[in-house]
Amino acid sequence: MLSRTADNLYWITRYMERAETMARLLDVGSRMSLLPSTGEGYLSEWDSLLQASGTAEGFDKKYGEPVQRNIESYFFFDRDNPSSIASCIGSARENARIVRGALTTQVWDALNGAFQEMRALERKPRSEVDLSYITDWTMRHSALLRGAIDGTQLRKDGWDFLNLGYYLERADNTARLLDVKYYVLLPGVEFVGSGRDNYQWTTLLRAMSAHRAFHWAYGGEVTARKIADFMILNGASPRSLRSSVEGMTDHLDRLARGYGRSSAAQSKARSLLAEVAELTVADIFDEGLHEFLTRFIREVAALGALVHEVYLSGDQR
Amino acid sequence: MVPTYFNEMYHDGSARPPYRHLENWTADMPAELRSLKQAEAEALFRRIGITFAVYGEGGDPDRLIPFDMFPRVFTNAEWTKMERGIKQRARALNAFLVDIYGRGEIVRSGRIPARLVYQNEAYEKAVAGFVPPRGVYSHIVGIDIVRTGPEDFFVLEDNCRTPSGVSYMLENREIMMRMFPALFRENRIQPVDRYPELLRRTLASVAPAKCNSEPTVVILTPGHFNSAYYEHSFLADLMGVELVEGQDLFVEGEFVWMRTTEGPKKVDVIYRRIDDAYIDPLCFRPDSMLGVPGLMDVYRSGGVSICSAPGAGVADDKAIYTFVPEMIRFYLGETPILQNVPTWQCGKSDDLKYVLDHLGELVVKEVHGSGGYGMLVGPKSSKDQIASFAERVRADPGNYIAQPTLALSTVPTFVNEGIAPRHVDLRPYCLVGERVELVPGGLTRVALTEGSLVVNSSQGGGVKDTWVLAE
Repeated sequence: MLSRTADNLYWITRYMERAETMARLLDVGSRMSLLPSTGEGYLSEWDSLLQASGTAEGFDKKYGEPVQRNIESYFFFDRDNPSSIASCIGSARENARIVRGALTTQVWDALNGAFQEMRALERKPRSEVDLSYITDWTMRHSALLRGAIDGTQLRKDGWDFLNLGYYLERADNTARLLDVKYYVLLPGVEFVGSGRDNYQWTTLLRAMSAHRAFHWAYGGEVTARKIADFMILNGASPRSLRSSVEGMTDHLDRLARGYGRSSAAQSKARSLLAEVAELTVADIFDEGLHEFLTRFIREVAALGALVHEVYLSGDQR
Repeated sequence: MVPTYFNEMYHDGSARPPYRHLENWTADMPAELRSLKQAEAEALFRRIGITFAVYGEGGDPDRLIPFDMFPRVFTNAEWTKMERGIKQRARALNAFLVDIYGRGEIVRSGRIPARLVYQNEAYEKAVAGFVPPRGVYSHIVGIDIVRTGPEDFFVLEDNCRTPSGVSYMLENREIMMRMFPALFRENRIQPVDRYPELLRRTLASVAPAKCNSEPTVVILTPGHFNSAYYEHSFLADLMGVELVEGQDLFVEGEFVWMRTTEGPKKVDVIYRRIDDAYIDPLCFRPDSMLGVPGLMDVYRSGGVSICSAPGAGVADDKAIYTFVPEMIRFYLGETPILQNVPTWQCGKSDDLKYVLDHLGELVVKEVHGSGGYGMLVGPKSSKDQIASFAERVRADPGNYIAQPTLALSTVPTFVNEGIAPRHVDLRPYCLVGERVELVPGGLTRVALTEGSLVVNSSQGGGVKDTWVLAE
């Protein structure tokens, strides 16, 4: 397969996963904003979301005051925001158009359908498009695409690159969401263990579509340790860091087998998986959750760079 | 003067035989069904993603070329004659190209002025003396044909570089078959879907001397912003070959390689859809980012084939066009089967005088222009437009040719008010490799505006499915 084709496939899914994360963030924000405000000089919830998505600066330049309506526009519709859902879906569809021949009709339909519907949404008056609709809409299209990929793509190298994009982006996004909760959303240590703290953890679980799964798996009180276990170490949780790293390792192994040569990216993924598999919650809190997550995000970025170097750049001889 | 146009369906008051079944078809179709089908066709095209971006117009980048559901029909006899004429022309054009990059016999014999050949912008000195595999320069020859009467077919122009539009020929047929299967049972319509397979075979048949295994064929595209990108990816997909950009290829040693996830892979035949000037920045335009540095060296030493061969553009120049019948006699010793449109060369003073005196009746074109840009359709233009065009011609006469305004045939076409005749032309795609082949069909372009003679898609033209009936 052409390296550039692999690159396009990989970015289709990275963008779509990112679009889904943006929708999840919007969902978190809207739930948190329903919580009565407490304390003085407290950052608005919406501002925390901007921090979380790494787009605060761009937003501030364009809109200033973080009110819900502007945030919605910025997260969903704004093409000036490269991480907005509209930008992500547009980029995913453009990447797909470039490699149309490497995709099944169903996969193309899923992406092109999302794109065409999005253009129709853009033409609607904003007042007629409410927040819960656009978050549901985004998740639905994301699920459609994932289903089409899973149900129709040949299990060849192209399928591996599509999945690598998903897992890599998901590992990064889950780590960032967790970090945001701990580092940005929480205004100060005095809130730890308070009602507000628990409410925020629950909201985060909801955003990960995981709050029911969590209760099934753990039961009882929602605590930071349980959440960290669930979102980082639990191999049964589909968005956990462990599951994401496992996914990357599986697909890098498949590629190495198919091509008949092992790669540096494969070794890197395996050692990262070994680390996550042996880790305990105590280890993570000893290191410091924020410190651990920061390091993990760097490791994932390094793995991404290796995937690029080995497969996507075409520089390999 | 009101010219009379040949209506391909209704002639002398009744439907001509190839169109007879279509008379009932339209009569039985209520208006609501028609608009339903039209919407269905548009949705299908959009879903496939077959869109067309117009250069420099901005607006919707996903614009569709309007598709008219009323097919254009040829009898087998009509087609057989056209086919012979097209193949003859394609052979002569290739013989001409080999000649002018070799000994130049046609110039030495005084049949074509040396200036028109060797000072032609499209003449590539870089390939003088080189004979491409099987002596083929132009592997896909698109010959634009217009009809003016039952037996009167004229060649409007030849396209020897990289004629586009063949994806529409294929998709129009797919969509018609899907929407109106009954029509295909009632009419015996020859299929066109072998085209991708024939194209691939043609390209593989011109593999370079140094290729000693099954050749690897690729399509080279300028990229996804190009207006014809859909066609490039469509053909690559149907042929089962990689669609590459310049950045995917590199030269090392005696060969061209593509960058793959498994390391470099040798490329033997490049069907390029980029212009000569952009192929190799070391040989042509140094500022080009689209090409592959060193490609021309590999080409000239027989490490890779480029289709169409660099330099093929001389043969489809509008000034050279006049001489094609002469080429057919000179190289093939045959009588031309298809006629040329009479053409005045503004570079000649007698012709220039005639053209300037008759601008109101003529079609004037730039020698190197294409896509319907930079042309004057005399009878459709205002006095001011004619006067200002006359200035441009006087300023640079050698850059213009003129032809009579042809009475292009019409085919019934669905319009808002119902069905009305609209002017059409035809572009068949002739493949030249080990063999010279042609699928029975082509792209019919239709001028959708009433009375308009300009069929170019960039100027609001549409397309139709083109049928060739079996005997």
